[in-house]
Amino acid sequence: MAKHIQTVVKANLSATVKTGGCGNCQTSCQSACKTSCTVGNQVCVK
Amino acid sequence: MLNFKELEGYNFQKNVHCFQQGDLLIGYDVNSGSIHLLDEETFTILKTLESLYSTEGHLSQEALARELRLAGNLPNNETVSEILAELEELRQEGTLFSREPEKIAAVYPEKPIVKAICLHVAHDCNLRCEYCFAGTGAFGGSRTLMDLETGKRGIDFVLAASRHRNHCEVDFFGGEPLINFGVVKALVDYGKKAARAQNKTIKFTLTTNGVLLNEAIQNFLEEEEISVVLSLDGRPEIHDRMRPHADGRGSYGEVVPRIQQFTSLRPKTSPYAIGTYYYVRGTYTHFNCDFDRDVLHMADLGIRQISVEPVVAGPQDPYAFQEGDLAEIYDAYDRLGEEILERQAQGRGFNFFHFNVALDNGPCLPKRLSGCGAGHEYVAVSPEGDLYPCHQFVGQEAFKLGSLYNQDPLDLKADLVQEFRAANIYAKPACQDCWARFSCSGGCHAANTAFTQKLTEVYELGCKLQRKRLEVALYVKIKGIQQNRDEL
Repeated sequence: MAKHIQTVVKANLSATVKTGGCGNCQTSCQSACKTSCTVGNQVCVK
Repeated sequence: MLNFKELEGYNFQKNVHCFQQGDLLIGYDVNSGSIHLLDEETFTILKTLESLYSTEGHLSQEALARELRLAGNLPNNETVSEILAELEELRQEGTLFSREPEKIAAVYPEKPIVKAICLHVAHDCNLRCEYCFAGTGAFGGSRTLMDLETGKRGIDFVLAASRHRNHCEVDFFGGEPLINFGVVKALVDYGKKAARAQNKTIKFTLTTNGVLLNEAIQNFLEEEEISVVLSLDGRPEIHDRMRPHADGRGSYGEVVPRIQQFTSLRPKTSPYAIGTYYYVRGTYTHFNCDFDRDVLHMADLGIRQISVEPVVAGPQDPYAFQEGDLAEIYDAYDRLGEEILERQAQGRGFNFFHFNVALDNGPCLPKRLSGCGAGHEYVAVSPEGDLYPCHQFVGQEAFKLGSLYNQDPLDLKADLVQEFRAANIYAKPACQDCWARFSCSGGCHAANTAFTQKLTEVYELGCKLQRKRLEVALYVKIKGIQQNRDEL
């Protein structure tokens, strides 16, 4: 175990360039008026 | 030992965000989405590297040693060596100092695939909310209701425009959609049958102020599995100040019992808006920069899915944020994060929408790059059947995409579609070096346009708030993971 750094989440977002983009996720909304879902708050439906 | 040669030209500020939130020192690797907890020495070294990059444009071990020496009171050589070795390990596994993937050009079919629509079934409202972007419901036009024929055409439009996509979304919006409940009811029936006939499904949502949300309507929403967004601003005096009736009476006393009754029907709502859900959402303004108290008030009412978001207002509006508000707002987010953790530990937690980040199963990069899809995947329909990029653009002639009553409603204004498709984060100069770019997707098109008159220039206050929310969100998530570990 590392002494100085503890990895809490090991992710590989860049790799989803190849695996993602299916377009099946819920439409998101970035605005303050409508909480359908904003990108940061979504989960992948795959 | 960290391989500085490999980091030649590496834009630290853009790709690694190190920050302190509460008692945690956090390192967020933007391109991989990985998160690390750092000790003080490591934090110092990473911040030194960050500052070196911004002042000198490159990183080297000699420069790092020099800066550490100049700063004094810093880790000894042995510790520095250990840390640099750990950093190198993370670099090699791709969870720190990761590179941004080559810019991908989104490939779209010539005709857009629209899978979601917002039906403005009522350009009228029974409230007169001060900050309403819809001009208290009428969107700058006359107070009108959508007729059934137009609504059906809207449903037909999304079923056709979604082409091979099987899942469509229809949101009933206003004004206040329950003013036109008869049409809503008929459209749900029509939509379900029409979708079934094409082997598709429609997910319905409805956004309401709660005034008309009686038991019969609640039962209908339950039976038809319609997701609902309910509006409440928090404490009675805050809510009533901004959300009065036309005669000036506050609406808090009326809507709260209805909202409580309805939300109690959905105790298992997903915080990530999956399945049939509810969210109670409010808007905070200059008048309640201590909006954390409003969020907690709502939680104390028994509401578990809460979203309270900053108002988007012009400088002439009395409720618009002022320069000095920012520090107070940041404090409110900090306090809210701590309070949520405390309540979680006590078993009475609730979800605050903007602190929800799916750390390892969030959306893919292509989705994060393109954002909301307004104007090509999502359109709004006015009561007259006119089509706009999203609900916030409705009524703005320059943004009219087409009409359900055109000979071919699917033939949307091509240059406008293209403009919205192209307005991704790569097209926005301010997003290029922002560490939060993959979490906000360049902000809201409508807010950006309102403030800068351009789709590709950002609303800066929105950016600042977004970054703060994300820092607290990551902190709350990490603390939550730690709490769960402790309980195991």
